[in-house]
Amino acid sequence: MAKMIKETEHPLYRKSNKMRMERIGKWLTFLSVALTATITAAILFLVFSKGVSTFIVNDGSVKEFFTGTTWNPAEVNSLGQPIIGALPFLVGSLAVTGISALIAGPLAIGAAIFMSEIAPNTGKRIMQPVIELLVGIPSVVYGFIGLTVVVPFLRGLFPGSGFGIAAGTIVLSVMILPTVTSLALDAIQAVPRSLREASLALGSTRWQMICKVVLKTAKPGLLMAVIFGMARAFGEALAVQMVIGNASVIPHSLFEPASTVTSILTMGMGYTVMGQAENNALWSLALVLLLMSLFFTIAVRMIGKGKSS
Amino acid sequence: MSAKRKDQLATAGLYVIVGIIITVLAGLLGFVFVKGVPQLSWQFITSPPQIFKEGGGVGPQLFNSFYLLVLTLIISVPIAIGAGIYLAEYAKDHWIIRCIRVLIEVLSSLPSIVVGLFGFLFFVLYMGWGFSILSGAFALSVFNLPLLVRVIEQSIHNVPKSQREAGWALGFSKWETITTIILPAALPGIVTGIILASGRVFGEAAALIYTAGMSTPIIDFTNWNPLSPTSPLHPFRPAETMAVHIWKINGEGIMPDAAAISDGAAALLIISILFFNFTSRFIGNLLFKKMGAN
Repeated sequence: MAKMIKETEHPLYRKSNKMRMERIGKWLTFLSVALTATITAAILFLVFSKGVSTFIVNDGSVKEFFTGTTWNPAEVNSLGQPIIGALPFLVGSLAVTGISALIAGPLAIGAAIFMSEIAPNTGKRIMQPVIELLVGIPSVVYGFIGLTVVVPFLRGLFPGSGFGIAAGTIVLSVMILPTVTSLALDAIQAVPRSLREASLALGSTRWQMICKVVLKTAKPGLLMAVIFGMARAFGEALAVQMVIGNASVIPHSLFEPASTVTSILTMGMGYTVMGQAENNALWSLALVLLLMSLFFTIAVRMIGKGKSS
Repeated sequence: MSAKRKDQLATAGLYVIVGIIITVLAGLLGFVFVKGVPQLSWQFITSPPQIFKEGGGVGPQLFNSFYLLVLTLIISVPIAIGAGIYLAEYAKDHWIIRCIRVLIEVLSSLPSIVVGLFGFLFFVLYMGWGFSILSGAFALSVFNLPLLVRVIEQSIHNVPKSQREAGWALGFSKWETITTIILPAALPGIVTGIILASGRVFGEAAALIYTAGMSTPIIDFTNWNPLSPTSPLHPFRPAETMAVHIWKINGEGIMPDAAAISDGAAALLIISILFFNFTSRFIGNLLFKKMGAN
């Protein structure tokens, strides 16, 4: 006797293998996305929670952290607060980042203009591959060259040991130059050809066309390129640490040993014990680094948004 | 000054700028090669470093660099491909997805030392893996993931829409279309991206000093049992890579030939990066020819 098959149990109503695979695939790929996002959230959370413990657990003063000039987190001052004046590192980091952006920015934009407007053939065939290769050179190599070439060179020219902000700036400028150039080139090449032609047709010279049309149109992109370079310079640890001299004082000149946030982190983290005031103070510096990097990311995003609207 | 004169001056100025840049960059590469290449020898590439004497090599460091790279790729590539597929094919314009995209962008712009410190806190201390290859590989994967995800998403995005429509028209499900049509079509871009990212991983040092450590125990290259502590494959031994080695011997190296060793190691590092760049171009072209319809 024939068994009654309920309508919904009919084979046609069953989920096919295809459907099952589709579900599994979608979920697996979503999990990978979620994992990547979770890692970021975990990093932000961990660094944040460790970074604020200096101020919460060890009673550090936020004001002293940003304005004090003595860094000795193992000791406490008369108020019982750890001595965590991080101003020398902040000044050092901002100085090397700012000056190297001032050096590398114009050079990179100049090179990008040359590669796209003046000699597109040489630019595309020779310079672009070389620049792309240089983007990939590890930062320790830049630091090592700084140590063996730039520092002795500065030592010969100026009084002092050669280590200092000037050496750090030179190393960082050379290091971010390829990155900024290649991003600036993208920005300039994204300017529509018709704009250039219109400008030339109106009788402007090539330089007028570059200045008044190309650079003006590409301005947000160029700004993004420079900020991106600054973010890299600010976060660079080893190359700077090798040439800056690592003295935790505010230097009186560019040729005296100084420190950056990253260099002190690199030097100190291995010699402190987890959970102690000295260690927590270093994590506060890591938090500063993280916040600066967030600031740069937001700046790039804002400019990007302004550009698209 | 006439506009024409200005134009000539500006052009000359641009030539000067480019001249400066080319001199600096060529000098940089030239310096590394001229000083470094004479140091390279079979003995240098294979022998272990010396602490007090001259004549040490970078054998274990070179091995560690490659071993870490391989482990990093094994960990990060599958996750990145999954994430790339989801973001390119399934993700809708939803606020959660927008949040996730921002987080990935933030991750890609984090300084590598911050990633290293996270690795130190999480893998080395919390997971209890110590300074080890495994901690290093996971830290490098975190460092590598956002870039890979972006490259892979972009390559998948670049596959023409018509290819997807063709798949759907043949009755393929979305997943089947992705795995059988879109991934093969996007493969050249994906492989090129992976190899280029490898170059970045290979030269990374800041994320490694507090995860994979700054020392290498004595390892025995005849012992390939991954569970034995003297084996090069042992995942829980500290592993100093080439880039970390250059940094370390310049800071605290006491061997008399530290400068010469750094020269050699720097040249070796750049040659490896060059190798990655050329392979990526070569394989990218090869795959493109093979996968392309003509």
